Amino acid sequence: MRLLTHNMLSSNIKGVTNGFPLRIEAEKVVEKVVEMNADFLKKMFEKIDWKAFADASRAMGYAELPEEADSSMLESDEFLQRYHHALLELHLEEGALICPETGRRFPVNKGIPNMLLHEDEV
Amino acid sequence: MASRPELLAPPEIFYDDTEARKYTSSSRIIEIQAMLSERALELLGLPDDGVPKLLLDIGCGSGLSGETLSENGHHWIGLDISQSMLNIALEREVEGDLLLGDMGQGLGVRSGVIDGAISISAVQWLCNADKSSHNPRLRLKAFFTSLYRCLANGARAVFQLYPENLNQRELILNAAMHAGFAGGIVVDYPHSSKRRKEFLVLTCGQRSVNTTISKGKGEDGDSGSDDDSEEENQTVSISDRHRPRKKQKKNKSGKGREWILRHKEKSRRKGNIVPPDTKYTGRKRKDRF
Repeated sequence: MRLLTHNMLSSNIKGVTNGFPLRIEAEKVVEKVVEMNADFLKKMFEKIDWKAFADASRAMGYAELPEEADSSMLESDEFLQRYHHALLELHLEEGALICPETGRRFPVNKGIPNMLLHEDEV
Repeated sequence: MASRPELLAPPEIFYDDTEARKYTSSSRIIEIQAMLSERALELLGLPDDGVPKLLLDIGCGSGLSGETLSENGHHWIGLDISQSMLNIALEREVEGDLLLGDMGQGLGVRSGVIDGAISISAVQWLCNADKSSHNPRLRLKAFFTSLYRCLANGARAVFQLYPENLNQRELILNAAMHAGFAGGIVVDYPHSSKRRKEFLVLTCGQRSVNTTISKGKGEDGDSGSDDDSEEENQTVSISDRHRPRKKQKKNKSGKGREWILRHKEKSRRKGNIVPPDTKYTGRKRKDRF
C-alpha cells in the first residue's frame, strides 16, 4: 500500500467521528520505482493532508519531507522528487494501520490492508 | 454451474482460490472484463487533459479492470472482499493499491478526494443478505452514501451490473438517488440479448460542463445486433401508404401450386369430392379472361 492510498483512507467504524489519519505500524517497507508525473503530483497536492502525509512517511522510515508545505514549493525539483518518492514509491508491505480514536488494528499483509469490520463495528 | 454466482454463496466464499484462478485464467472473461472496464472508463467522462486521476475500483477482484485503468495512466485503489481474488491480483503485479474490505460496510475513504469510481459486475452482490446481520437496503445505503462522500465534486461513478429483475434494479437506483446521486442507466445494445450491457452512471454534485449522460451504444441499430432487422420491419414507411392500390396488389403473390395440391390432398382424405390434379392446377388464368 502506498502512502497515496493511506492518505485517502480513514477508519469507518461506527461511532468514530474522526478516523483520520490511521497510524502506521510498519514492519516491512519496500520501495518500487515508478516514473514521476509532475502534473499528477501538483494536482494531488491540493487533496493531500500534508501533516498526515509527513507523519506517515516518518513512520515508514523516510524523514526527508518538511513538516509543512505550500504550493510554492512545488516549483522545486528536489521537493517534487521527495514528494513523489514518499507518495508513490514507498509501499507498506507488512504492518498495521491503527484507528486514531478506538485503537482498532487493521493488519496489513502482503501490502493489502484488511479493512473488514466486525459485525458490531458496522 | 448456475448462471448467477451471487445466488450460490457469499462473494468471499464463492471466489475461493480455485474460482479466483479460474476467473483469471479464462481468456474470455479477461476479454469481457477489459471491454467492460474500457467502456466504463469512457462513461466516466474524465476531462481529457492528460493528467492521471485517482480512481476507485469497487469489487476489483484480481485487478482485471484495474489493468485497463493503469493502461490509461490512472492511479487506482481497488477494493474487494475476496482474499483469494486479491492474492491473484498480487501475483499479476497490478499497479493499483488493493484493500480487503466490504463495500456494504461503507468505504473508509476521506471526503472529496476520489476523481471517479468504476465497478464491474459487483454491486448486485449487495442485494443479497448472506449473513443474518445483513440488510441489503442498509448495506446499499451505507455503500452509496460513503461513495457520495468520497467523490470529488462533479465526479462520476459508473457501475456495470446485471440486475436480476426490475425490483433489484429499482432497489439499487433508489439507494443511489437517496444518497444524493443524479444519473441513470445507460444500456448498450438494448436490442440484443447477448450483447446487452447495463451501466449505472451516477454523477455527484454539480459540474458546469458536460452533465449529460452519454448515449448507449447500438441504440440506433448500428453494428448489427441480432434483432434490429425485425425492429425496422415494424415501422410503416409513408411512401408505402400512398402507393396506388394496383401496385400493392401486384406484390402479393398467390398461394402457389404446392399449397393448392397440399390442400386438395387434405380435402380428399376427408372424403370430399375434389377435382383431379392436372397440369392446369394452380396455373394463372390468361389476361383476357
